[in-house]
Amino acid sequence: MIVLGIETSCDETAAAVVDDTRRIRAETVLSQTAEHRPYGGVVPEIAARSHIDHLDRLIGEVMAEAGVAYRDLDGIAATAGPGLIGGLIVGLMTGKAIAAVHARPFVAVNHLEAHALSARLLSAVPFPYLLLLISGGHCQLLVIEGVGRYRRLGTTIDDAVGEAFDKGAKMLGLGYPGGPAIEAAAATGDPDRFQLPRPLIGRPGCDFSFAGLKTALVHAVRAAAPLDAATVADLAAALQTAIGDVLCDRTRHALAAYRVARPAEPTLVVAGGVAANRYLRDRLAALAAETDVTLHIPPPRLCTDNATMVAWAGIERLQAGLSDRLDAPARARWPLDPAAAPGAKA
Amino acid sequence: MLPPSEPARREIVLPDIHATERLASAVAGLARPGDAIALIGDLGAGKTTFARFFLAARGVRGDVPSPTFTLVQVYAAAACEVWHFDLYRLNAPGEAIELGIEEAFATAISLIEWPDRLGPLLPPDRLAIAFGFGGTADARHATLEGFGAWRARLAAVAAP
Repeated sequence: MIVLGIETSCDETAAAVVDDTRRIRAETVLSQTAEHRPYGGVVPEIAARSHIDHLDRLIGEVMAEAGVAYRDLDGIAATAGPGLIGGLIVGLMTGKAIAAVHARPFVAVNHLEAHALSARLLSAVPFPYLLLLISGGHCQLLVIEGVGRYRRLGTTIDDAVGEAFDKGAKMLGLGYPGGPAIEAAAATGDPDRFQLPRPLIGRPGCDFSFAGLKTALVHAVRAAAPLDAATVADLAAALQTAIGDVLCDRTRHALAAYRVARPAEPTLVVAGGVAANRYLRDRLAALAAETDVTLHIPPPRLCTDNATMVAWAGIERLQAGLSDRLDAPARARWPLDPAAAPGAKA
Repeated sequence: MLPPSEPARREIVLPDIHATERLASAVAGLARPGDAIALIGDLGAGKTTFARFFLAARGVRGDVPSPTFTLVQVYAAAACEVWHFDLYRLNAPGEAIELGIEEAFATAISLIEWPDRLGPLLPPDRLAIAFGFGGTADARHATLEGFGAWRARLAAVAAP
């Protein structure tokens, strides 16, 4: 089975061709990061037209590199949500057009599901597993029972974890995206010079909170101003360490809850863009070792937004007998867990 | 009577987060479909905190995630929808049109963080609330400015 994946839910324009032997035939991502400057410095922004400008060419490139014709595809999978509605519509309509013209099955993929299943692209991680999903827009703990069967244990009650990095980096005068900038600055910092709070630590449940940490960093920055390089490094280290403590504490709670029902051989999967952070990967690896849990974290390029995971989610859904009609809508909000009952409209 | 081009202006001290909640509830009680409320201030100044209390006062229950990543979150609330924008990542005012901001201005209440990104698209009738830091970690002060139709309505905002 060979599937073309398309991802346009945020700032990245991406296409990939993946098969059911877990072979990535071709993949490409056009993003704001420096490694993509060879494309002429044109970076996809929130405006849908940037996706329009690049998506056709990227699809053509991955199809050529994969050496497959459209009629040889077993399906086309495009991210249908959650994300920015303009970009979603571009990727969705492009995927539907290819599916319609070549009479191939179409899969409307939930971007969060693609993150959730991405570890299974690398090895046959069995269901069920506990998922820590950490990204710029999300911070959740979910039980992944199977394809399409997700149960949320906890989520952020305010900011996503990636936001804590991005806004922290802004306060410290570091660049965007904030995650890599904070990680680099923190490498030489003293995490104990400044004391920042660990919101919700020790409290029952698996929810996250980062807004108070952001506000505490504001006050620490104001008190320490003007900032020299060493102080920036120390504040970055304090922030990153606090985030690591929060993630480990909440994941520890989730593991305890998860083990009540499933005591044998628990598996923890970490996914999402923030899982590219080396310090957090090490912290979560230490937690897994300490709690006797099998840990899977995809390599950084599969943690940040990409179409490879979308193609893989398409394969998983097609193998489960699931495909979508060509009137499947783009959805700006699309919780993985239908019981999540968010205050906002889905 | 102020000249029509000058906004009406009020300074409010917010000693703690409960005062922010009372201010948000007071503004939420006055807001009606078509209103635009601009929330101004540095990171951590209290813009999103105000928005959360505002939404709660309009009957929104459940998650109120930050709109920073998605740029806008839309809530079904009492009387009309509330659209919560964070325009920090916009590069040009025209991009807000792709978010559906004109629909929000026509039918909903709009809470707008980083409203300067809207440039000429900022509605002439609006309430602007600028948050600043106070003397303690929890203290803030708010400067309310009524523009256009909000000049007359500002007096109705009860001090928290």
